[in-house]
Amino acid sequence: MNAKSLISITDFTQDEYLKIMRLAEDFEANPNQKLLQGKVIATLFFEPSTRTRLSFETAINRLGGKIIGFSDSSSSSVSKGETLHDTIKMVSNYADMIIMRHPMEGSARYASEVSSVPVINAGDGANQHPSQTLLDMYSIIKTQGSLDNINLFLVGDLKYGRTVHSLLMAMLQFNNPIFNFIAPPELAMPNEYKIHLKSKGIRYFEHAEFTDIINEADIIYMTRVQKERFIDPVEYEKVKNVYILRNEMLKNTKENMRILHPLPRINEIHTDVDSNPKAYYFTQAKNGVFTRMAIIAHLLNLK
Amino acid sequence: MEKHLKVSAIKDGTVIDHIPTKALFKVIKILKLEDCIQMVTFGNNLDSKAMGRKAIIKIANRFFADEEVNKIALVAPNAKLNTIRDYKVIEKRVVETPKEIIGIVNCFNPVCITNAEKITTRFEVLSHKPIALKCFYCEKITNENEMVFY
Repeated sequence: MNAKSLISITDFTQDEYLKIMRLAEDFEANPNQKLLQGKVIATLFFEPSTRTRLSFETAINRLGGKIIGFSDSSSSSVSKGETLHDTIKMVSNYADMIIMRHPMEGSARYASEVSSVPVINAGDGANQHPSQTLLDMYSIIKTQGSLDNINLFLVGDLKYGRTVHSLLMAMLQFNNPIFNFIAPPELAMPNEYKIHLKSKGIRYFEHAEFTDIINEADIIYMTRVQKERFIDPVEYEKVKNVYILRNEMLKNTKENMRILHPLPRINEIHTDVDSNPKAYYFTQAKNGVFTRMAIIAHLLNLK
Repeated sequence: MEKHLKVSAIKDGTVIDHIPTKALFKVIKILKLEDCIQMVTFGNNLDSKAMGRKAIIKIANRFFADEEVNKIALVAPNAKLNTIRDYKVIEKRVVETPKEIIGIVNCFNPVCITNAEKITTRFEVLSHKPIALKCFYCEKITNENEMVFY
């Protein structure tokens, strides 16, 4: 690896997390800073992801950089059978940074070994998507004033959801987090994470459904319960409406509590929540642009 | 009573003893002994006080560095190496599981990039008994019963 890349959330130290938070705040206050003038950034999306790509491309545009790339592999030389190795070798000769999404797990780590310029992982299969975690953290620090002493409720698919696993690992870098997991048994938080929490003496609680317990939350992080995760469709039918957050459930929640969701949402947050000031998911997506500006600036030593 | 060796002695070289019977051919493969031009003799299902049955390999005129021989720790964690000079054992070593395993095992994850492109696999050894290997690329854990060798 010749350049500093961001592949996995654990690649960053606590100091780097905090630097990203500070830079994101700075970019939010002054969104148009032409730090990337004269630089070319490649966005290589080997599988489509409109939201993530637009967020990164907005970040690059706001920083005054130029973009090359593709939004799905059918329009690239991959469709002719070119290896990832060769694509990355070639593009790293053209661009100052590579931002990539790829369906194979570990592809981003491999790209960072092959590339002579920094690589940002914008999702490698079900493995990692670190910029999502950093924007989640920015949303938490912005709404709670700190990343310490956060009572974080993770809801929905806690078994396969990479965003909840990454966020959990990142929050462990800060003081005194409390975790509450709300999930059906089929999609419960994997044991390896619970063992890890226990070994660090971190408090966590598991619940099979929403109760008044959410009144203690600082953050409720919602995720989708996906039908395809269930072997038995009857099991899905049983739980599909258990994890829907409705406005009436929020009346006794804390003033500072905010609801996050990595989006897209299907039905797990009822639309009647949208007008509640505690609904934060669309602002969270907006925060993604500032966070990604911060990641780019940090990796290219522009700030 | 006259001692009779089931696998004949070598003058100079290495004897790898206490190999589990099922691991014999994996050890041969890992150490690339198929390509060895020196005399290689081996025995399998030999009586062993400690193991019941064991395998042994004798390689004439070959000596192994620690990092080379530690590769077999995944399949023969209790193997012992004797360095032989002029028919005498001049050094005894045990294998040690390295912290990192490079290029011996495939990642069990079918959607790992190492299974799609020509990439040398790399694993961090999370646990020795039972073996658990964390892929450097996809970060998934390959367990002992899922290990497939190159």
